[in-house]
Amino acid sequence: MPIKTDAIGKEWPGTTYQAGREKIKEYANALGIDNPVHFDVEAARAAGFRDVVAPPMFAVVYSGPALGPVLFDPDVGMNFAAMVHGGQVFEWGEPVCSGDEITTSSKCLSIEEKDGKGFYVFETVSVNQDGAEVVRGTWTNIVRGV
Amino acid sequence: MADSNVGDAVPELRVTPDKYLPHRYAGASGDFNPIHIDDEFAKAVGLPRNILHGLYSMGLVAKANAALAAGDPRALKRLSVQFRGMGMPEQEIVVSGTVKSVDGDRVVVDTVAQQGDTAIIKNAEAEVEL
Repeated sequence: MPIKTDAIGKEWPGTTYQAGREKIKEYANALGIDNPVHFDVEAARAAGFRDVVAPPMFAVVYSGPALGPVLFDPDVGMNFAAMVHGGQVFEWGEPVCSGDEITTSSKCLSIEEKDGKGFYVFETVSVNQDGAEVVRGTWTNIVRGV
Repeated sequence: MADSNVGDAVPELRVTPDKYLPHRYAGASGDFNPIHIDDEFAKAVGLPRNILHGLYSMGLVAKANAALAAGDPRALKRLSVQFRGMGMPEQEIVVSGTVKSVDGDRVVVDTVAQQGDTAIIKNAEAEVEL
């Protein structure tokens, strides 16, 4: 059966995430990142940030949840049980600081079948409360045995 | 650091995630997929044990590259990775990289994350502004 490609080009509305100091701290601790700009508001301000700033890969925390409804969308029709995360790209813009409200929208860029595997590529675009882009993510999920 | 040259090595990052790291990362990231935090579940679906989150390993790759700019969170402009072998808790991860190109104050670094002979992240390309 050919792979279902109905969702190519489909867009999903934004989900909003408010960044907070404790969550940024928790993420930095899990990664063993010890720069005080992630923990101490005075250090962050001295370095030119509005508030405690998130490490770049904190992007997964605020943009990842936007993909939840996408992966389970019947138009996508993905066999979630056979899915692995194949690749990831992030391109960063404005830094994310505690207090920022980040809105992430999603789009299906492509669905292709190669060597019996399905390659699903989604894009997320995250903007802050001022409309400035903070990160653009390209998520490639591979489904075995489509 | 603005005098990086093609072929320069990025300072190697060595981390051994402890048994409970996947649980802490699950809490920090919000990804509670049981293959990462439930050893019995992981084995039931054919994995050798509970495995690391790929995005945790990518986070280590980001950290290793940010070190080029003294950990400045503004320095990393782009990071592209492919997830390959599965990462395991309680085994040392070695992240290493080499400067591939230099354009003004922006460098592109080829990076790999390995556990023993297994590349858990490969073809990682980071753009860092120094």
